[in-house]
Amino acid sequence: MSKLNSLAISDNGFIFKPSTGESFTTNEIGLMIINLLKEGKSADEIISVITEEFDIDAISAGRDLYEYLDFLKREKMLD
Amino acid sequence: MNKRIYERPVLRKVVEGIPNKFGSLKRLRPISTIDNVEIDSLIEEYGSPVFVLSEKTIRDTYKNAYRAFSTRYPKVQFAWSYKTNYLDAVCRIFHQEGAWAEVVSGFEYEKAIDNNTPGNKIIFNGPDKSEEDLVKAINNKSIIHIDHFDELYMILGLTDQLKERPQVAIRVNMDTGIIPQWDRFGFNYENGEAWNAINRILSSKKMDFIGLHVHIGTYITISKPYAVAIEKLAALANKTYNRFQKSIGYIDVGGGFASQNTLQGAYMPATDTTPSFDDYAHAITTAMTAANFPNNETPTLILETGRALIDDAGWLAGTVLANKRLADGRRSMVIDAGVNLMFTSFWYDHEIYPVHESSYQSEPTTIYGPLCMNIDIVRKNIDFPMLNKGDHFVIKRVGAYTMTQWMQFITYRPNIVLIDQHEKVHLIRKQEDKEVFRRQELVPDYLQN
Amino acid sequence: MEQKKLTIGVTGLNNIDSPGPGVSVIRGIKESEIDARIIGLAYENLEPGIYMPGLVDKTYLIPFPSTGSEAFLERLEYIHSKEKLDIIIPNFDSELYLFIKFSDKLLEMGIHTFLPTMEQFEERHKDNLPEYAKKYGIKVPESRPIVNSKELSNLPKPLSYPYFIKGKFYEAFKVVNNNQGIYYFNKLSAKWGLPVVVQQAINGTEVNVIALGDGEGNTVSAVAMRKQYITDKGKAWGGITLNDERLLEITHHIIKETKWRGAMELEMIKTDEGEYYLIEINPRIPAWVFLAVGAGQNIPEMVCRLATGEKVEPITTYKYGKMFIRYSWDLIGDIADFEKIVIFGEL
Repeated sequence: MSKLNSLAISDNGFIFKPSTGESFTTNEIGLMIINLLKEGKSADEIISVITEEFDIDAISAGRDLYEYLDFLKREKMLD
Repeated sequence: MNKRIYERPVLRKVVEGIPNKFGSLKRLRPISTIDNVEIDSLIEEYGSPVFVLSEKTIRDTYKNAYRAFSTRYPKVQFAWSYKTNYLDAVCRIFHQEGAWAEVVSGFEYEKAIDNNTPGNKIIFNGPDKSEEDLVKAINNKSIIHIDHFDELYMILGLTDQLKERPQVAIRVNMDTGIIPQWDRFGFNYENGEAWNAINRILSSKKMDFIGLHVHIGTYITISKPYAVAIEKLAALANKTYNRFQKSIGYIDVGGGFASQNTLQGAYMPATDTTPSFDDYAHAITTAMTAANFPNNETPTLILETGRALIDDAGWLAGTVLANKRLADGRRSMVIDAGVNLMFTSFWYDHEIYPVHESSYQSEPTTIYGPLCMNIDIVRKNIDFPMLNKGDHFVIKRVGAYTMTQWMQFITYRPNIVLIDQHEKVHLIRKQEDKEVFRRQELVPDYLQN
Repeated sequence: MEQKKLTIGVTGLNNIDSPGPGVSVIRGIKESEIDARIIGLAYENLEPGIYMPGLVDKTYLIPFPSTGSEAFLERLEYIHSKEKLDIIIPNFDSELYLFIKFSDKLLEMGIHTFLPTMEQFEERHKDNLPEYAKKYGIKVPESRPIVNSKELSNLPKPLSYPYFIKGKFYEAFKVVNNNQGIYYFNKLSAKWGLPVVVQQAINGTEVNVIALGDGEGNTVSAVAMRKQYITDKGKAWGGITLNDERLLEITHHIIKETKWRGAMELEMIKTDEGEYYLIEINPRIPAWVFLAVGAGQNIPEMVCRLATGEKVEPITTYKYGKMFIRYSWDLIGDIADFEKIVIFGEL
């Protein structure tokens, strides 16, 4: 998770990647996922946190989560 | 404990110099009813996709157009352009409102007769009129707008065998500053062909020459060319009067008024730029009043506008089939209605809306139809909220040309329903099924087993 | 009399190599006696005007006009609810259509503009220039709208090489042979649509006038300028004010005949024989407006005064030989400001 720690992430969901100078925006759930990843949580653990807090079933939350993780990987913010 | 409303996680790269959401996003508000009828219930009852027509919108639009012209000019007549939408129910609504029929084929002519249009209230346009069609039209005293000399001579030949005198007008094409110039229909004004045709008609003494018709193009968004056209027709009318002491009963300025659908490549949305009926009426009636027609007569003004009268009344509701990411990461969505039903997607940026609020996030999306064909694209790029498989969408302004130009390709054509003025729903064209095709197709004996 | 503080919205903060007029307009207002709070209205998150110290009091991002009037007006209403705008000075050709169309609605909200009428705006479009010239008795180069590249090999006399080929809204290229013509035709028609306009190139010096009409036929302000050097984008690098009576006469004539309302820029060519040809009318303040301010005619200030219904006495003199030299200047920003614009659309 070292890559995530090198990002500058604000509470507004603004992410700045100092190594490339790129910036990104994310929403509240995205921010929550990133923070959970930083804590070293696994995908399944993240899904259960989301389904507990939000009105969503595990299958849909999982589908969205994996898509989101793909994005992070594509942007080289995650290994 | 009440759980919070879920929103899918999104990550978006900020592209410097490119407008962000405050720059490009127009929040799409869901449309969940048409004339107070729930779209979900329409899909449930009539299947997906389904075309929906609003009788109220049709009548309101017609009344608005008629008011715009009739308050500015004493003699105004609309003729419903069948090719724009020739569903019998639609045609009958226009006929009830007072429109004549404007047809361009034997098929449409038969439809107009079946819709109880009196023969003398049918205008027969177009380059394709068979001898059989012409005989019928002459006997019914329908108005024939002659398109070319071959047709003129065919009618002349028929006059010896028939007792009715053909009621004819000629279609004139001309330079009105509109680009491209439509010179493939009718007789040209500038090179004298139109005047030759009038001479031929009147010197034969076998037909009644009653009007002049012009149709300067389609999707005309400026009203001035109509004024140019009327000026030129008035000059022809005067020339005709001077030579033959015959005045013209009507001027038919055709159609071509733009609807509020945005053409692809246009900078501004058409909802901001399309002239209103009042704009068109002002330009056309001012020109009619300013033109000096022979004998100080006021010819009737005939309008054949189609698109602008029906586009707003038509909707297409359907269902999302799938979401997928394209190779470059862009989002795409597959829906159950494609170019087979909306040929118009090739030139319009159709307005498409979710039926229910689904997500506050939207993303540039390509919307594909269901056909297994690469060209089946409904919208190339639209900022659209994430809908899930099975969610409903509705496309606005699809009343013109869709239900006549649609293709039976790969799949059946769907139901069309009409919501009447009391918000009651009527099926006005049944969806196709395999029986429709069994009836049409024949299998030779040797392939039977 | 104590002057009321005015809140003025200004667009066109893209002060880059092909600059928008916004920054110059704001500088004009700041040099005047108007007590103003300046609200920047930006389309893109990197428009320099957003970040320039001491220029705007606050900036809001607004949607492109092509998004449609609904979103556009909604955003303006939001900004108005926060800032109570008294005036907006729009500076882009592409946004003028909406501002003109909805000027009454804006006025109802309490926002004043001072813009040409829709008729004046539409009439001066490039493809209508020959007709415009005929109507108002102005000389223009031979020109013709074309819709098919085949027409290029058969242009009617007296059109000949070299000529300019121009896109419907923006961009122009000089053409010296048919192949070039076809190349640019395809490029321009794909980008801006049809027709493409072919306009005879006229030998001579390009001269420009910035002018302001009061809508009743009076020229309230007019300053003539020659571009001294032109960048590869066709924009002025430097310019100098001129004493050219004939040029100002033509300007007064156009404003009188058209009853032009608002600011405009006339682009003209003066031939060696001393004849003037009108090339284009831009229906807005040009980016070099600050030269006019420096020469003694503060057009942004006068626009504000006219917009709020003040009577403005015409200024007829200005200093000749005043120059502007455009320079670029790297300003240091911080990602935190960028974040605010990106996330909240406000800074």
